[in-house]
Amino acid sequence: MHELFNNLVSNWHLNPVLMSVVTLLWILMIAALVLAFMATFAGVTSWIERRIAGRMMSRVGPNRVGPGGSLQWIADGLKCFLKEDVIPGAVDKPLFRFAPYLVFTGCFAAFAALPFGYGLVASNIDIGIFYISAITTFVVLGVLMAGWSSNNKWSLLGGIRSAAQIISYEIPTGLSILTIVVLAGTLNMQEIIQQQGGWPWHWFIFNNPFSFVAFFIFFSSILAEGNRTPFDLPEAESELVAGYLTEYSGMRFVFFFFAEWANLWVMSAIITTLFLGGWQIPGINDLGALISQSAGAGKYLWILASIAVFFTKTLFFVFVVIWVRWTLPRLRVDQLMVMCWKYFVPIGFICLLGSALFTILPQSSAWNWFYLSMRLVLTALGFGIAIALIWRSIYNIRALDDKIYIKVWE
Amino acid sequence: MTKLMIETLGTESTVVNMGPQHPSTHGVISLRLQLKGEVIEAIDPNVGYLHRSIEKISELTQYTGFIPYTDRVDYLSAMFGNQAWCMAVEKLLGIQVPRRAEYLRVIACELNRIINHLIACGTMAMDLGAFTPFLHGIREREKVNDIMEKICGARLNYNYMRFGGVSRDFIRGLDKEILAFVDRFKKFLPEFNRLITGNEIFEKRLIHIGVISPELAIAYGLGGPNLRASGIDFDLRRDFPYSVYPEFKFRVVTGEGYRGEVGDSFARYMVRIEEMEESAKIIRQAIEGLPEGDYQTKLLRNPVVPAGEVYSHVESTRGEMGFYVVSNGTDTAYRTKIRTGSFTAMSILPKIVPGLMVADLVALFGSLDVVAPEVDR
Repeated sequence: MHELFNNLVSNWHLNPVLMSVVTLLWILMIAALVLAFMATFAGVTSWIERRIAGRMMSRVGPNRVGPGGSLQWIADGLKCFLKEDVIPGAVDKPLFRFAPYLVFTGCFAAFAALPFGYGLVASNIDIGIFYISAITTFVVLGVLMAGWSSNNKWSLLGGIRSAAQIISYEIPTGLSILTIVVLAGTLNMQEIIQQQGGWPWHWFIFNNPFSFVAFFIFFSSILAEGNRTPFDLPEAESELVAGYLTEYSGMRFVFFFFAEWANLWVMSAIITTLFLGGWQIPGINDLGALISQSAGAGKYLWILASIAVFFTKTLFFVFVVIWVRWTLPRLRVDQLMVMCWKYFVPIGFICLLGSALFTILPQSSAWNWFYLSMRLVLTALGFGIAIALIWRSIYNIRALDDKIYIKVWE
Repeated sequence: MTKLMIETLGTESTVVNMGPQHPSTHGVISLRLQLKGEVIEAIDPNVGYLHRSIEKISELTQYTGFIPYTDRVDYLSAMFGNQAWCMAVEKLLGIQVPRRAEYLRVIACELNRIINHLIACGTMAMDLGAFTPFLHGIREREKVNDIMEKICGARLNYNYMRFGGVSRDFIRGLDKEILAFVDRFKKFLPEFNRLITGNEIFEKRLIHIGVISPELAIAYGLGGPNLRASGIDFDLRRDFPYSVYPEFKFRVVTGEGYRGEVGDSFARYMVRIEEMEESAKIIRQAIEGLPEGDYQTKLLRNPVVPAGEVYSHVESTRGEMGFYVVSNGTDTAYRTKIRTGSFTAMSILPKIVPGLMVADLVALFGSLDVVAPEVDR
């Protein structure tokens, strides 16, 4: 994005004052674009999640507003926007008002360093993944603030649960990120993708057994960080009423859920970037060279293809997260901590060390057969697990031989 | 400085009101909890929010007119209220119920037991955060509701039984429909088990939680699945036979402590799951052996009941549901006392809850399957 801007502006020959104004406008435009993407994604996902949940539960889900209910999220947003913003009398008003924005900011700022396709990233900073894992910690501050300021015991319990949970799970998340960083040798999101290839056995997840394990740790921990089931304790509706959200209403309430659904994209995009080869198109080794060689529309077609690949992988994981949410029950708070400290953290350290070990192994071409066969075996294993899961689900769906009487996408 | 801070701040336990409006109390039940962090130090079940004076109403309403009120004692298993009340009055009147009517009663009751346990197991999963099993249970319940509608015209508060029989006979083809449901249910239960019962998280949340020893269960007068889960082999249908239950073959399910131990929350859950199977078996036997004949004995609409006292009890879904009726020789009861399983299940909470966490209380409360209106009547 930055190169594009420099190319554009260099032709205009502006004086420094105008230049800074134009730069500011450009930055604002990028921010607006990202915000628009985030808002649309959060909205549409809220509808898609409800439809998928409906399908899994043998019910319909929202289908009244727009074709198949696809405009439901706009109606919901408008409704909440027009609602009275109730602030209970006993709350700590400044903190209560500020908390949703902090949660929202923490999630929104992460989008700045997330790639969307080849060369498409709002800010291509060198410490990309570090920045993301740092900035998303803002969320815990907001949640804790919301829980504390609500002056409600259930909210406080939710806020404290959330703080304990997110901070604990930062560690396995960080360790599994480091596992990949060690392999890639960089923190930059785009460069991490460029280190991988298009085919599955070029991805970092199948690079070695340790990164394979790190993927599962990362996936579970990031579910916990995003407060998704089976780790949705902070807002466990059957235990804590609505957790830290209990006293919120109207637009402030929406801001929390905005962040939650946008967070779905953030976590899936990070998984895609770190483990699944990002936007790398299968069969193409050097997309950058290809793009710089091709002229005119071809260039943009390749970029579009990279976006499509990235979106497909990311949306698949969005679906998996939704799938998990509507299948599994919730862990208890001590079981959650046991899982983190007794299993994820030690295994995360082992993964980091093991992965580091692989980087110092001899890289000569004589060893290539070993690396390739290991990657192929891991790929087969990974896809085997996925296919077994899908086969099992299909079997379970077909077992009852149930005719669902509803047209799902009417 | 740090030391001073700690001295001034200190720690103390909080008192939290769980209910009357709380998502996991399933109705207006209020539990006052004393929490230390997330651990419960003491619990005070505060009953009475749903008191509707049903016992008093029976003193002002004629015997027949009280039948619909017995639906409302436990709205999720209304048939058992009907049956216990009708059996009590039939004992006072000294009339015999036709065999066909008894079979119809058994079929209706066991269907009711299935859908009640579906709700119980489903809401329990929902309390633990799994929404889908609940709605799958509801989906099957809907099919039984359709059958119930054909049996008696109502889907929730059935008002099906009458003194000396039932309100109407089966419509043509209904027995085939019920058998079709039983066949379907045989396939549904394994699906439900695959979805939730075998789930590692679900089991971890339930085993060793809220263990009720057999002695404690007897001491607090628990009944039904809660009692049997503690390992006590007791079922009114078999041990105090009523209606035509001796004619059917069925197993009394007791807690066996799969994975966990006898008397924990998972044992209670499993007893319900297995009882549904047994109920399906009873329904199949009853449909296959359904005799011809009257479905009602001829009786005045508002009978004058001879003076006397009688206690009748049935094996309800939540334990023993008993009606103690005192008649003074008019068409209205002099006094009625209703015994329900939910009330005793509520009373055991202060004994077993302290030391558990809030999340465990939710699981335990779900496993006791308490229904608010049955607690308060």
